Amino acid sequence: MDSYSWADLQNIFIMQGFAGISLFSVLLLMGLGLAVIFGQMGVINMAHGEFMALGAYTVYLCSTLTQDYAPSFGPYYFVFAIVIAFFVAAGVGAVVEWAMIRHLYHRPLDTLLATWGLSLIMQQTYRSTFGAREVTPTLPEWLMGSYSPHEGLDIPINGMFVLGLAIFVSITLVLFMYKSRFGLRLRATVQNRKMSDAVGINTGRVDRLAFCLGCGIAGIAGAAFTTIGSTGPDSGSRYIVDSFLVVVFGGAANLLGSLASAFGIAQAQSILEFFLEGTKGKVATLLVIVVALMFRPQGLFPSKVRAH
Amino acid sequence: MVFLRTLFKNRGELISFLVFFALLLVVLPIALPIFRLNLVGKYLSFGFVAIGLVLLWGRCGILSLGQGVFFGLGGYCMAMFLKLEASDPKSTAIQSTPGIPDFMDWNQLTHLPWFWEPFKSLPFALMAVMVVPGVIAFIIGWAMFRRRVGGVYFAIITQAIALILSLGIDGNQGYTGGRNGITDLKTLWGWDIRTTSGQYTLYFLCVLLLIVAALAAKYIINTRFGRVLVAIRDREDRVRFSGYDVAMCRAFIFAFAAVMSGVGGALFVLQVGFMSPSLVGIIPSIEMVIFTAVGGRLSVIGAIAGCLIVNFGKTSFSEAYPQGWLYLMGGTFIAVVMFFPNGLAGILEDNATLKGKALKLFAKLKELKASRATKSSVEAPIEETP
Repeated sequence: MDSYSWADLQNIFIMQGFAGISLFSVLLLMGLGLAVIFGQMGVINMAHGEFMALGAYTVYLCSTLTQDYAPSFGPYYFVFAIVIAFFVAAGVGAVVEWAMIRHLYHRPLDTLLATWGLSLIMQQTYRSTFGAREVTPTLPEWLMGSYSPHEGLDIPINGMFVLGLAIFVSITLVLFMYKSRFGLRLRATVQNRKMSDAVGINTGRVDRLAFCLGCGIAGIAGAAFTTIGSTGPDSGSRYIVDSFLVVVFGGAANLLGSLASAFGIAQAQSILEFFLEGTKGKVATLLVIVVALMFRPQGLFPSKVRAH
Repeated sequence: MVFLRTLFKNRGELISFLVFFALLLVVLPIALPIFRLNLVGKYLSFGFVAIGLVLLWGRCGILSLGQGVFFGLGGYCMAMFLKLEASDPKSTAIQSTPGIPDFMDWNQLTHLPWFWEPFKSLPFALMAVMVVPGVIAFIIGWAMFRRRVGGVYFAIITQAIALILSLGIDGNQGYTGGRNGITDLKTLWGWDIRTTSGQYTLYFLCVLLLIVAALAAKYIINTRFGRVLVAIRDREDRVRFSGYDVAMCRAFIFAFAAVMSGVGGALFVLQVGFMSPSLVGIIPSIEMVIFTAVGGRLSVIGAIAGCLIVNFGKTSFSEAYPQGWLYLMGGTFIAVVMFFPNGLAGILEDNATLKGKALKLFAKLKELKASRATKSSVEAPIEETP
């Protein structure tokens, strides 16, 4: 690092920091979805990355449909596509929960394996439907380009948009969890399932809605992902380990922890990527997290409630 | 005789064990051409991992998604020795630095890295095949189990380790051969491993070592330690309250499974002739779990059979329908996990016990008729609180 001057370093950090923000947003959205499913319900969803890809493909479909049938709608479709991506992913999540997950709640390790089987099937479905090549939706004009407040500093607009989306989803989710009736029921079910059953909460329905919610947020993550990269059948699986580490490192069931660890992981990866060539930045980040987890398995912000 | 009784619970188990290995040792070598037999040998090297997973996952309830790490470590230890032997100064004379492996030369390395030096010796390499995975697994396991990390957390962290190692090998081409791996392995102490007779010898070596590994696993399962493992799986806190060192037991069995995987990796390298990060990462690691799950996570023979069945299915089915293979694999896996958690071996066993149960029920009915007993002999099952 000796060859860099202080001013250089400052610029590099700002530049890579903004690049890291897009990654942070996607990881945060993935992590929030997982935190709901894994943290609250104790279910490991290995197909979470595929739900993200589902959201991304939904945006792609919306984009091609808009171009073919309503080109004038082009500038606005993206916002609607995000909403559609949420509902498509949540809908598929509901079917999966009904068919598979609800039979496996008492065997968490087996949900991991079963959802991995599911992820294989979903990947192959994407490959047969959209082809093995990566696809990119046409993004509206206003998402392109960058905003430069002064000379030498370019802030990419898509990064800011994705960041805003991630923050919006996080705040909505926190309000939903802590201020709504459903959130109350969900937290009650996590703390004591039998008691919740006894006071008349339909815990089966709570489980399904929580799973839908998690999958839906993964769908939004997929929509956000389309602004920073192209979507292929295995795009989702590339993010799955990172997002699990976000949840575990943040302290499961803790939304604030997910936020902090997503930020740390994304920034560390993106800044280290500059100094170390190839995948070494990622290796170094993951290594630090795994070693840290060995010394502090409860994560950064452990939850006070015993969740099992 | 006493020893046999420790290893096999009943005659059925002994017979299935003998039949299975007779199939591998006699029938398959006669029936299959050497190309197919070599493939069987390759699949059997995953059998070592599967045996480890039976102990680790089936018996002790620890799901590791990082067995590929140990398979890879063992494999790389073996491959490093073979590569050094294949790149003697004479056959690498055209390189700018003769005497070092070709990929190092391509990456402008001028001397052998320090950690490659000891792999010039075969005894060291063979020892490293077992010691390196074992020690690393023990350290990881001890660090995590002592802090009571278990279940899904352990699975996720081991998966992350698999990703780290495969990315790390991939990214350091000059030291590890990178994505292509270590290829062009030729001889083992001057003995050519690529000839037909060499492949036959290695196949039999693989099966014999597999028998040793299977017997060792069966021994562990049927001794007191094996029962402690099951107890840890079913009710960890009670075992801890009884004074057992749960973390130590788990770390030991994790290290044992890792040693098995390392041996499997070394045999893979010898039979296939290369090692690459594609056998280390997330997907191969989880595939090894699939083999075990399909064959039966509680049964040693079942798990080995699972490796053969899934891999043969993969080879023949993916040749015919490349599109359908992932559907079939995913579907099979979901079905196995949801409906047959004990795999094929579990299905067979259930059939056997159902038959036995039916016979017992008939006998009981007859007895009841004969004595016209009024007292109900059915005991209510004791409710377990979760």
